Amino acid sequence: MATHAQTEVQVRPRRSFASYLMPTIATILVAILVVWLVVNFVKGPAYFVNIGFIGLTLGALYALVALGYTLVYGILELINFAHGDVFMLGAMFSATMILSVFHLTPHASTGTLVAAIVGSLVVAMAACGILNAVIERVAYRPLRGAPRLAPLITAIGVSFILEDIAIAWKGPSYVAVPSLLPKGNVFSAGGVTYTWEKFIVVLVTVPVLLVLTWLVKRTRQGKAMRATAQDRDAAAMMGIDVNRTISFTFLIAGALAGAGGLVFALYFGQIRYDTGYQLGLIAFTAAVVGGIGNLPGAVLGALCIGFIQAFNEGLLWHAPGSDWTESIVFSILILILVFRPEGLLGERTPEGA
Amino acid sequence: MRRRLGAAISAGWWRCLSVFGLSQKRWRSLPRTTRRAVKGLVWTGIGLLLVALLGVWQWSALVIAAIVLILVVPSWNRLVISGHRIGQWIPTIAILVLAITYPFYASSTTGVSTGLPQLPVFGTFPLMSTMVNMGIFTMMALGLNFVVGYAGLLDLGYVAFYAMGSYMAGWLASSQFSQVNVRFGGIGVIKGLTGIHISIWIVLLLAGMVTALVGILIGLPTLRLRGDYLAIVTLGFGEILPQIARNGDSLGGFNLTNGTGGISPIDPPGFGNWAHQHLGLPSNFGALGTTFDRTYFWTILVLVLLTIFCSARLRDSRLGRAWIAIREDEIAAAAMGVPLMRTKTWAYATGAFFGGVAGAYYASYNGSSNPDEFYFQISVFILVMVILGGMGSIPGVIFGACFLTYLNSEGLNNIGAWLNGHFGPGGSDVEIWHKPLDVPQYNFGIYGVILVVVMLFRPEGLIPSSRRAAEFHEGVREEYLYDVEHGAPISDATEAM
Repeated sequence: MATHAQTEVQVRPRRSFASYLMPTIATILVAILVVWLVVNFVKGPAYFVNIGFIGLTLGALYALVALGYTLVYGILELINFAHGDVFMLGAMFSATMILSVFHLTPHASTGTLVAAIVGSLVVAMAACGILNAVIERVAYRPLRGAPRLAPLITAIGVSFILEDIAIAWKGPSYVAVPSLLPKGNVFSAGGVTYTWEKFIVVLVTVPVLLVLTWLVKRTRQGKAMRATAQDRDAAAMMGIDVNRTISFTFLIAGALAGAGGLVFALYFGQIRYDTGYQLGLIAFTAAVVGGIGNLPGAVLGALCIGFIQAFNEGLLWHAPGSDWTESIVFSILILILVFRPEGLLGERTPEGA
Repeated sequence: MRRRLGAAISAGWWRCLSVFGLSQKRWRSLPRTTRRAVKGLVWTGIGLLLVALLGVWQWSALVIAAIVLILVVPSWNRLVISGHRIGQWIPTIAILVLAITYPFYASSTTGVSTGLPQLPVFGTFPLMSTMVNMGIFTMMALGLNFVVGYAGLLDLGYVAFYAMGSYMAGWLASSQFSQVNVRFGGIGVIKGLTGIHISIWIVLLLAGMVTALVGILIGLPTLRLRGDYLAIVTLGFGEILPQIARNGDSLGGFNLTNGTGGISPIDPPGFGNWAHQHLGLPSNFGALGTTFDRTYFWTILVLVLLTIFCSARLRDSRLGRAWIAIREDEIAAAAMGVPLMRTKTWAYATGAFFGGVAGAYYASYNGSSNPDEFYFQISVFILVMVILGGMGSIPGVIFGACFLTYLNSEGLNNIGAWLNGHFGPGGSDVEIWHKPLDVPQYNFGIYGVILVVVMLFRPEGLIPSSRRAAEFHEGVREEYLYDVEHGAPISDATEAM
């Protein structure tokens, strides 16, 4: 016991810098954030809540993409750099379906609209899922035994290739989708309004998330996914077809990106070849904030990032504004990775970061 | 699959040759030099034939072919004169001489002379301005090579250092800060011009040092992170710093970077009047006129040589060996007493230093530092150079940087023109596509293809360092229980020649 105490005495001064200074800085930053939010809320409660609804919408969209990152990272420990571009192609597929196949116009009846949106959703999800699985087969699977950074580098390459496919397909300028969603209010009280446009984004997202949760938690395939994520070799010895499970995971992740693409095309109405790169990085940040590899964490992180972006761009009192959104999001990414690499909901692993 | 394919091609090739009485066995029994000579002659012959058929023939093509043969065929490594292994330097010196004299035989002033042949598909030899860019990007790629190649840390935000260097030149050698009036050897500064005007030579050094400091500041909190997290964090910094540059025209009311307009004009380098009169050196690079590009080219050549020297010496130093140890096995290196954080931070700082110097030189060459030049794709562009050439291999990285810079500035344009001329609308051969194909538009897709293909088929790069190649092929390859294809022993496939 005496020696034990002695080592502790020796160790403590070495730890003091990292273990006291860093949390202090983090606490100060969080305190500033809270004060800023509270002052903004007091200055205009209704306005604040409206901005909050925008944040919720953005968060729902980011959740769809962030889940793709987190699924793939959970199973392969690979940052699938090309995921954002799969999402972008999903938005392109959706735009093509809406404009060229269903010929939707803002005057379409509600029935047609719902049918066409569901149809586009299915097509976009299927196309992106297959695309993602093919990418895994071609670019990542041959590198399963290579050094860790090799698949990350091919992922960056694939991301550029996908962007150029989009340029070749749709050209380098924005593809516009007319605003189809109804503009009416779901409810409106005391200056707080919640429009159908925003509600539909949540309406598409929530069932997709529920199905995903059911798939991972309740089905045989989901069990195989969880087992593979935990220990690939042990899973193989238990008779799980690991390669198939990984392919299936990529399929699911791609399908989620496709759903995200449709939502993006409907809500924002403007898609360009580099849309996916920006949004992909933001969604990746969301996945990291929530704890990468953790499904509820990705949704939570996405909501956080969505709110932060909306408040930053929308609030009036001392908000940095949209010029700084990327910087803020990446600063959060860096701070989270440095201070709490396991994220909000993740567990600290021995090799963790 | 790839190995089987290679074996099949090789077998077919030898079967064809054995028809003419040259079996693989007989070929192997020939002396080494003979084999190299035959191979060299065959390849240069094919090259000359292609130039004659598809390019524009000039008799100088024969001279080029002769130089290539002389450099490639003899085993220069084995040449020993009075105990000194002089031979190994001969190819290097020859390439250096060719590079130094490039302005005289390849271009009149800026354009390419007609004395050189036009290559098939690629067209003319690079212009002088492209050569300057090649030098700048070679320097940056060698800088990134410290981080990615030696220390094995993936840095996706190298453009931040480039931007930092560029803005250092913008701040210290232009009229950006008109509130003050500082002069220290600035060249071509008219009387009464405000702002800080420090000699570019000092600015290059300062830019390198400040950028290295920024590298250390970025590195200290982040280098603890594991490989792929580090990549993302560096990417984050690579996005944040340029955004600060873009929005920095009113940081609390202070105009730091002049926003999207960028800082311009930046003073040119020069040696001043005294050196001009007594030593014949150019007094002001900006006022050179026809010899503008070539002077910049020779200057960057000196900087590149300095970078190569530092790369080679640092690689073989105690620090360099520590980097390589960390790259190969971090835990083993730590157990052997390599201080991880300090060593990694040094790699980062060294890489940042050269990035900063290259950025400052680039700003001085262009006369401006513009935030539009700093985006994520540039980071990846430099990364592709390192990966294509071979991570950790100095000749490889130089080749990768020169080739890709050439492709980016001229090559893709020339290739596109050639393709459209032959297969495009109204093409001389077959009309395959009916709208002109804009090849340079797809530049980053092409680099993406290069990244994927190199990582899949030749992860050690085109001109690998032997150590790195071994690492990719044996050292760290794990065998998985569930995957028979990858767990297969290597000996069951015939190695291609």
